[in-house]
Amino acid sequence: MSLIDSVSLPRSFRLPRVDGLIQWIVPLAIIAIWQVASVTGFVPTRVLPAPSDVVLAGWKLLLSGELVRNIWVSFWRASIGFLIGGGIGFAFGLANGLSQLSAKLTDTTLQMVRNVPHLALIPLVILWFGIDESAKLFLVALGVFFPIYLNTLHGIRTVDPQLIEMGRIYGMTDSELFRRVIFPGALPSIFVGIRFALGIMWLTLIVAETIAASSGLGYMAMQAREFMLIDVVVLSILIYALLGKLADSASRVLERLTLSWHPAFQKR
Amino acid sequence: MQTALRTTLPETELASRANFVPQARVVREERQEERQAQTTGLPLSIRGLRKSFVDNEVLRGIDLHIPAGQFVAIVGKSGCGKSTLLRLIAGLEKFEAGSISFGQDVQPEDIRVMFQEPRLLPWARVLANVEVGLGRDRSSGDAHARAEKALTEVGLADKRDQWPSVLSGGQKQRVALGRALVSRPRVLAFDEPLGALDALTRISMQRLLERVWRDQGFTAILVTHDVSEAVALADRVLVIDEGRIAHDVTVNAARPRERGSAELASLEGSILSHLLSAEDRT
Ligand SMILES: Nc1ncnc2c1ncn2[C@@H]1O[C@H](COP(=O)(O)OP(=O)(O)OP(=O)(O)O)[C@@H](O)[C@H]1O
Ligand SMILES: [Mg+2]
Repeated sequence: MSLIDSVSLPRSFRLPRVDGLIQWIVPLAIIAIWQVASVTGFVPTRVLPAPSDVVLAGWKLLLSGELVRNIWVSFWRASIGFLIGGGIGFAFGLANGLSQLSAKLTDTTLQMVRNVPHLALIPLVILWFGIDESAKLFLVALGVFFPIYLNTLHGIRTVDPQLIEMGRIYGMTDSELFRRVIFPGALPSIFVGIRFALGIMWLTLIVAETIAASSGLGYMAMQAREFMLIDVVVLSILIYALLGKLADSASRVLERLTLSWHPAFQKR
Repeated sequence: MQTALRTTLPETELASRANFVPQARVVREERQEERQAQTTGLPLSIRGLRKSFVDNEVLRGIDLHIPAGQFVAIVGKSGCGKSTLLRLIAGLEKFEAGSISFGQDVQPEDIRVMFQEPRLLPWARVLANVEVGLGRDRSSGDAHARAEKALTEVGLADKRDQWPSVLSGGQKQRVALGRALVSRPRVLAFDEPLGALDALTRISMQRLLERVWRDQGFTAILVTHDVSEAVALADRVLVIDEGRIAHDVTVNAARPRERGSAELASLEGSILSHLLSAEDRT
């Protein structure tokens, strides 16, 4: 907590109104420089198309409906995989954090499975599921499982024991203790898990879609590569980046709402 | 309403009340009557209490009777088992031999403990933290009202909607006191509740403790490192040494007590010399 405090800027350094805009200055500058470099021929369009070409390609795909369909498919896979893997990870995290028996029974096994890089399973997953939807969902769910499991478990185990003792002294029942003390105490750590998991979610999906898919953003990029449509390839990469940023922002908003008690999230 | 008004009087009120005109004396008499009506404290009897941790025999036979409503302070060198005794009284730990009885059946809400750390829930607003103290009555309809009353008693009514992280150390400890008081406990045990506070805040907290004790009439057991605090607040000071009660000192000074008076100073001196002689033996 003291680390977070020391990192946050003192009042005088903050420009509250401009805050939201400031973060966009650097990306916009990069795009501007990129455009100039392309137009002047400094960067050959074979290597990197001009931003305007990328936008144009995006516009065409948008009109044909292809873009929306592919984004939707990828978004759907990401969310469903995240919900399944995250839900199971959260459930195991809770169970193993709260029950010694459950932890003894499953933790060692899970820790062992964790050491297998989930992307190494792709050949096996293709053998099992083909290039079906379930293959992608399985990989995303598996990738998302561990960060959420580990951080939920860690969060629950590190809840201040003095607070738990206080709750017991004041006669809280087990469910009340969970609701009022353990879960809120574990929440900051659970959010760390969610943020990690979101990163892994996109990464897994990109890899899975480029290797084994017949729709989605990754598939769109691979198709474009075959036809040498470099602007579409770059477009897909940029959309991935944008979606990743979007997911991260959503989790931050949620964090801000639920952790408003935390000194790090209080308005200064 | 009347209670609320009276309990928000400034801290200095206790010390200077003796100098007031008859008008004030009326208030005082009323208060004493009320106190007798409200004497809700429980007596406490401890017989042959023993407690060890692994091979460390901490309490080796404690015999003690505390009459209802008495204010007892417990002092002793570090590690002598003061906290252990308090935790046993509060039912937080099991003991090997002996007995602890309150003379009748007690409800969990009747006995409360306050620790050196405030132990507030950081994710609950001040008022919600006080409501925690209601125990099983937490979900009853008048929970809010009772918590607000307790907050007023500790002088923090205006902080009800704050997060604990924005409060000062002394304010946090006052919220913890409010939480301990809200269920109207009959025994209140304090484990160095003021140990982490600066000298000035300490004195104002001591006055607050004395005032709520006088108002509510619970039996108070205060563990402290500070002998001057013990003699300023308590009716009786117990010195623990080698797992037993080595000295039992009665403090007869009239209340409100004048801090630093010769009477208290000489008592403090004699208790300190008991403590130091215990220290020298080890
Ligand atoms: N849970 C425990 N397990 C093992 N030993 C313990 C435990 N709690 C206390 N002890 C031991 O019991 C002894 C008494 O501890 P206690 O906390 O009661 O001392 P204390 O008088 O409150 O000291 P202090 O004034 O420093 O707070 C110490 O030697 C301590 O090491
Ligand atoms: Mg102690």
